[in-house]
Amino acid sequence: MSLYDLFPPEFFKLSVPLAGYLILSAILFTIGVATFLFRRNVITVFMAIELMLNAVNLTFVTFSNHFGKVDGQIFSFFVMVVAAAEAAVGLAIILMVFRNRATLQIDDFDTLKN
Amino acid sequence: MDAKLLPPTADMLRFLPETILTIAGTLLLLLEGFKKDEDSRTVISTLTAIAIALAMYGTVVAYGNPGLAFSGMIISDGFAAFFRLVVLAVGLLTVLSSTAYLEREKSSTGEFYVLLLFSLAGQCLMAAANELIMVFIGLEVSSIASYILAGYLRDDKRGNESALKYFLLGSFATAFLLYGVAWVYGMTGSTNLLVIRAALEAGVPSMTMVGAAAGLMLVGFAFKISAAPFQVWAPDVYQGAPAPVSGFLSAGPKAVAFAVMIRVFQTGFEAIAPRWEPVLWMMALATMTIGNFAAMWQNNIKRMLGYSSIAHAGYVLVAVTAHSTTGTAAAMFYLAAYGLMNYGAFAIVTYVAGRGEEHVTLDHFKGLSQRQPAVAALLTVFLLSLLGVPLTAGFFGKFYIFKAAIDSHMVWLTALGLLNSAVAAYYYLRVLVVMYMHESESTAHAPEIPGGLKITMWLTAAATVVLGVFPGLVLDFATKFAALNK
Repeated sequence: MSLYDLFPPEFFKLSVPLAGYLILSAILFTIGVATFLFRRNVITVFMAIELMLNAVNLTFVTFSNHFGKVDGQIFSFFVMVVAAAEAAVGLAIILMVFRNRATLQIDDFDTLKN
Repeated sequence: MDAKLLPPTADMLRFLPETILTIAGTLLLLLEGFKKDEDSRTVISTLTAIAIALAMYGTVVAYGNPGLAFSGMIISDGFAAFFRLVVLAVGLLTVLSSTAYLEREKSSTGEFYVLLLFSLAGQCLMAAANELIMVFIGLEVSSIASYILAGYLRDDKRGNESALKYFLLGSFATAFLLYGVAWVYGMTGSTNLLVIRAALEAGVPSMTMVGAAAGLMLVGFAFKISAAPFQVWAPDVYQGAPAPVSGFLSAGPKAVAFAVMIRVFQTGFEAIAPRWEPVLWMMALATMTIGNFAAMWQNNIKRMLGYSSIAHAGYVLVAVTAHSTTGTAAAMFYLAAYGLMNYGAFAIVTYVAGRGEEHVTLDHFKGLSQRQPAVAALLTVFLLSLLGVPLTAGFFGKFYIFKAAIDSHMVWLTALGLLNSAVAAYYYLRVLVVMYMHESESTAHAPEIPGGLKITMWLTAAATVVLGVFPGLVLDFATKFAALNK
């Protein structure tokens, strides 16, 4: 049983309906939101945001393919570039916080409150 | 092929402020690398101020060349010029007051000014964006630089925490905004506001999905303007960030986020106005109420100003809800006036807080009128203006907002808004009472006011009073440029 047998050329010609991709992206986005809200580790929370941005990219690319236009794919590049910049700054901030407090639990960051 | 390498000159001129700011920022970053002596800091802050002044000139040039640029991605109109000038003015005040602050905190480095320039470039781009992807890029350029500015004092625990919260919640909000953009693109086939508007008027497959997408985008904007129920980050960030940065964040990015929101909803989503108007109505009321009532319990001045900025976002939302030309003009006037008076208040806090920002509670303002009569008097002007007392800019700001609301038949919202302003009197006047009617606890000799801070205080106070007597100076422009979709 080779890889070729598992995925013959015909396999790639099968088309998943538009809604399939959109539902997948909505699920990814929801997982991202839930992770952001319920996880307590800063790094995990940060990864949740990346997951949400990737869900957005999937939506853009899906619609772009659907319309037969490339602009949606270009937007997803913009999103990736910005996400990379955000990751650089975000990780730097997390590092700084960790140096000062030696913890990554969100609940411990409570100096500023009423 | 050969002629297409560079966009037309007119397009470049419409994009001039952003170009100037970005080039200046990059050059200053290089200069910072070469100069290591202390004197170079003053050079860099002076050059930053010059760059911002040049960008203001660039705004005027861009205004002289109205129209779309770069295939309709950027629009240069009076509305864009107005907000570009507002954020650049706030930027100039920030440069003036930060120099002394950074020296006092012993972290005087050129990067602060460079980040400020990049943040301003993003904000100018937002003001001129005519396309949802440009809105997103402008927002992120502005936000990413502001995240760093909020945590600029690396060893300060409060600053760290403030930067972290700002970063996490800001990015979270941006993801919502972007998901909304993706769905708008999917429903209308474009991210250009004018095309979206035309598509919605012609009819799209699913109006429900468009409404949901607009809702997702509204979540993103609500975070940026600190509207309820997405306001929780604002007090924490304003309390923890360096005081000049808090002033900057509460004035510039917020004004321009409102500008984008007004432009997107009143051009792109004009066709679904009946769907978003009730949502904004409730949001405006909740924002005012939460901001004002929470501010009453605060003992920390920066935190109180943070909550007060939420309340003010609520007033501006009333003007946005009015959804009329007068409403938009009132919002524009209010944002300009609020930027000046709030920055002034933060400049005073910057001075009184002292090294390490230790004197930021109400107790430290006790007897300020005896120690520093001029400072106390200036703070009085700002607080009265924030409260909306006649002869200050804040009065006319509130007056125009509630007048626009009445014109749009929102009697209940107006009444509740006015009640809210009355509640606000409690916490603003409390500071006045503390300053003028309590004995000073400290006998320490008050340090001299650094030059830049002094200029900032007097400039903003003068502007607050002048706008309170001659509101037409700004309102005439606002009224002229407010008609976005007519």
